[in-house]
Amino acid sequence: MGWVEKLLSIDRRIIFLLVGAGVIVPLLLPVNLPVTVTPRVQAAYDAIDALPPGSRVLISMDYEPEIMAELMPMSIAVLRHCFRKHIQVVAMTLYPAGTGLGEHALDVASRAEGAVRNRDFVWLGYKSGFQVVMIGIGENLRGMYPVDFYGTPLDSIPMMRGVNTYAQLSMMINLSGSSAADYWIQFAQGRYHAPIVLGCTAVMATDYYPYLSSRQVLGLIGGMKGAAEYERLIDVFGDGRRGMDAQSLVHLIVVLLVVVGNAALFATRGGPGAPAARPGEAPPR
Amino acid sequence: MRRVPLLVTFLSGAAIASLFFIPHHKAQAVNSKLLEWTLVVYAFALILGSLSLWMSHAKKVKKRAEGWPYSMVTLVALLAIPGLGIWKGVGAGSPVGMIYDTVNAPLASSMFALLAFVIASAAFRAFRARSAEATLLLLTAIIMMIGRVSIGELISANLPGITEWLLDVPNLAAKRAIAIGVGLGAVSTALKIILGIERSYLGRS
Repeated sequence: MGWVEKLLSIDRRIIFLLVGAGVIVPLLLPVNLPVTVTPRVQAAYDAIDALPPGSRVLISMDYEPEIMAELMPMSIAVLRHCFRKHIQVVAMTLYPAGTGLGEHALDVASRAEGAVRNRDFVWLGYKSGFQVVMIGIGENLRGMYPVDFYGTPLDSIPMMRGVNTYAQLSMMINLSGSSAADYWIQFAQGRYHAPIVLGCTAVMATDYYPYLSSRQVLGLIGGMKGAAEYERLIDVFGDGRRGMDAQSLVHLIVVLLVVVGNAALFATRGGPGAPAARPGEAPPR
Repeated sequence: MRRVPLLVTFLSGAAIASLFFIPHHKAQAVNSKLLEWTLVVYAFALILGSLSLWMSHAKKVKKRAEGWPYSMVTLVALLAIPGLGIWKGVGAGSPVGMIYDTVNAPLASSMFALLAFVIASAAFRAFRARSAEATLLLLTAIIMMIGRVSIGELISANLPGITEWLLDVPNLAAKRAIAIGVGLGAVSTALKIILGIERSYLGRS
């Protein structure tokens, strides 16, 4: 067996080790690679930054632990920006397993910026039924949430005075890893004309570009890269920027693997017209 | 009798579709009420799903089928976690909160994190430039993978700009086309169901 064949049948555990090292080393030894802010994230930042102090925004953190690596840094960065600007936050989630995550994000951001529960933010927790909740907020928020997550009646929370529909909220910010974002656009923006800023996973981001160009969404924060860009805008070195070092290295490893795999195949088969390698031809050991 | 579900479907579908375009608060209150009823359907689906899960795993445990200890874990969790939630609450610091923080969150994150390893291995073995189209896809993927992360800027200052163009022009055009196609398809399917042309949901063609 020549070196090319050996390369093509490389033990997949070596690839796993490479990827593992690519993730762990930059997290332990961050190099703080440069992060360029894209127009979409800048637009999201500008939309929030333009709100006057004392404005109230609704933030729905609609995600569960499997995608928290992407959306948690984004949530913390957006919340910190709001608290720093003295924008009051009404936070909620449409996912049962998102309750702990939303509470954690609020806890981290409020500690960092000195925000106080019920004065600077309210945590409404989880409520089931996507469209029902979205329309419910549009008609009567208190009908949907008579009390907050901790059982405090909304009427007794000073910052909730006079807030009962989207009309009293300056903006809706959805940080989502699912189709919840589609519903927020359809109902909160489409029906109730609430200005929307969206944050989502990198995989989902391209689905929302049409809404951005039609101005139905004011800004879009996509994946960990988007979170890193937002952290740069608010001048914070958080998990987003830390994670981008690891993500950069892993992307580079994957690209090198693809290039090496193709080069080795060309060397054995003689070019692009040759039959494709199938998993059975180079079985993992 | 067969006409009754068709009539219910027609009335519900026509009402919900019409109410979307009527901004009057009374119409929206009716719409909210109708949508609230879906919560009742969710609740029944949850009961049905839990029963089905219980029966399926209880059968495995009873027969000592392959992997039955995992089924036992599922059954214990299915009883214990809702029980603890009802007894001690679900907030931070409660037993359910602790289970969520120490079991659910790390396990769910780990499962998703495994994708990075699988994708890297699969990309090495299967992502091949086997034709002109595949080569184009491969080159685009390489540009996107490098250009969308911080290291791309260090390799070439033009890479982020190229990725932005790829996202803003070909990607956006394709996404719009897909969105319009999906929208028209959804409207057509919904109309067929509301008008009783498509009846497979009744159980018979």
